Amino acid sequence: MADRKLIRLLPPLLFAVALALLPVLAEAAGRGYLIGVSTNVLIFAIAASSLNLILGYGGMVSLGHAAFFGSGAYVVGILAHHAMWGAPLMVWPFHIGGTESAFIAWPLAILVSALLALVIGAISLRTSGLYFIMITLAFAQMLFFFFIALNEYGGEDGMSLWNRSHAGPLDLNDNTQFFYLVLAFTLALLFLKHRLVNSRFGVVLTGIRDNPRRMRALGYPVRRYQLAAFTLAGAVAGLAGALIANQTEFVSPTFLHWTRSGEILIMVVLGGMGTLFGPLLGAAAFLLLEETLADLTEHWMIIFGPLLLLVVLFARGGLWSLVERLRAALGGGGERR
Amino acid sequence: MSTPLLEIDGLQKAFGAVIASENLSLDVQPGEIHAVIGPNGAGKTTLIAQLSGEIAPDAGRIAFAGEDITALPVHARALRGLARSFQITSLFPRFTVLENVALAVQAHQGHSFRFWRPAWRDPALIEPAKETLRRVAMTRREDVPAGTLAHGEQRQLELAMALAGQPRLLLLDEPTAGMGHEDSVRMVDLLLDLKQEVAMLLIEHDMDAVFRLADRITVLVYGRAIASGSPETIRTDPEVRRAYLGEEEPA
Repeated sequence: MADRKLIRLLPPLLFAVALALLPVLAEAAGRGYLIGVSTNVLIFAIAASSLNLILGYGGMVSLGHAAFFGSGAYVVGILAHHAMWGAPLMVWPFHIGGTESAFIAWPLAILVSALLALVIGAISLRTSGLYFIMITLAFAQMLFFFFIALNEYGGEDGMSLWNRSHAGPLDLNDNTQFFYLVLAFTLALLFLKHRLVNSRFGVVLTGIRDNPRRMRALGYPVRRYQLAAFTLAGAVAGLAGALIANQTEFVSPTFLHWTRSGEILIMVVLGGMGTLFGPLLGAAAFLLLEETLADLTEHWMIIFGPLLLLVVLFARGGLWSLVERLRAALGGGGERR
Repeated sequence: MSTPLLEIDGLQKAFGAVIASENLSLDVQPGEIHAVIGPNGAGKTTLIAQLSGEIAPDAGRIAFAGEDITALPVHARALRGLARSFQITSLFPRFTVLENVALAVQAHQGHSFRFWRPAWRDPALIEPAKETLRRVAMTRREDVPAGTLAHGEQRQLELAMALAGQPRLLLLDEPTAGMGHEDSVRMVDLLLDLKQEVAMLLIEHDMDAVFRLADRITVLVYGRAIASGSPETIRTDPEVRRAYLGEEEPA
């Protein structure tokens, strides 16, 4: 039993160690830019992971997840913008100024995204299937055009941040420190998600995915649990958005565009829906492939498309299912789906 | 007569020109098995759907344990003790047998906004689930994924899930559907056992099962109850025999 447990825990542990050493190795190899690339991957892993909660575990196919991601980014951007120019965000009924503090801006980003998800979810979850896809898409596009219309914040062009958020003793403008902070968030969220999907709430969520009608007959108010998951996913996507605004030091409406929602969706499917590590793998594969292929040709989608097709056709459970098969071959237990 | 556990009064439901329930009134007493029979298209499954709350009636009133539940949603009725089993087996195929039942147990233990402790290692869920499986004699199959069970076992599990919440009334939609003779007899024995604890509204095509189980039978034709009474009365009712049982002697 101890051996099996070790085999089960070994890959995630190795993986965490490898990630922890990454900045050191990257600097040593003279490829410091890899730190930024990895930070980017981790942030999208958080976003994809949050979508996975509702898509993979909850069976809700949302094509508007970038709305929460982008809104989180804008909260950080807008607050920083006001802090920069000293103009208050609001004078009535309360006087509210801008801020560059991570301790205020990031929780606010999470809160705003959660509230948006609560409202959008409450309306969208009255539908299901294709209609749910369309209505989440429509809401996201509404927000996309809303931010385009905000001329003060750069309209269509978006706006640049002067620097990253202030976070107490941490200097986030230092790429390595920012990387470690994002890594800590990623690992913490993965652990929380692991607890959540096995908890009472988690099993109800997967039960609803597999057989909503039966869940109702058993006595579960199905939509209430779906909405809770949707809101939670929105909140985490908001955090990812706050992080991406810091990573790129830039926010623009493209963060909310439906193609961005599509990319996050592809990351989840590519990595493995309804698995703990799948979205992380998917985000890494997607962004690294994009990076490499875009160097070869600007029409990188021509190569990426067929690759995605191959994964969907031959590795139904995504890339993570390949890892699972390998682990099964080594005698370790598989992750339950 | 005591107050009925379930009381249906003047139930009316039509889908366009098709009438599924026409001024339908019947009741189930505590401890009673009331069977509803009738030819295909008589509105039996639509009746179950209205009782469980999946379909809203056009008119009429449904009372459960003295409370008007006509406007309550599906889950609220289930929580009040009105459990159902499905005609077409409806399980969680990827969950194990034990997990299927535990999920049914969990529904009756307050809200599930609990995000931290692993559900399947919680004795408060697992112990009652095991107990329920003991009652339907499925203990040996606990760890098998429900999707891999044989048909007869799936029907048994279906029943176990309905029982898990300790309901006061079971709505059984053809519990022996698609079963071989042996499985079917075993299911009827099981239901007879359970009769001590829970009342049942039974829809069934298998006449052997109906006459073994039912205290009362209501015959439904085109949404209308054409007869209602003890099995003996129904057996000899000329209108029933003409409309439903045909001219041949019933078994």
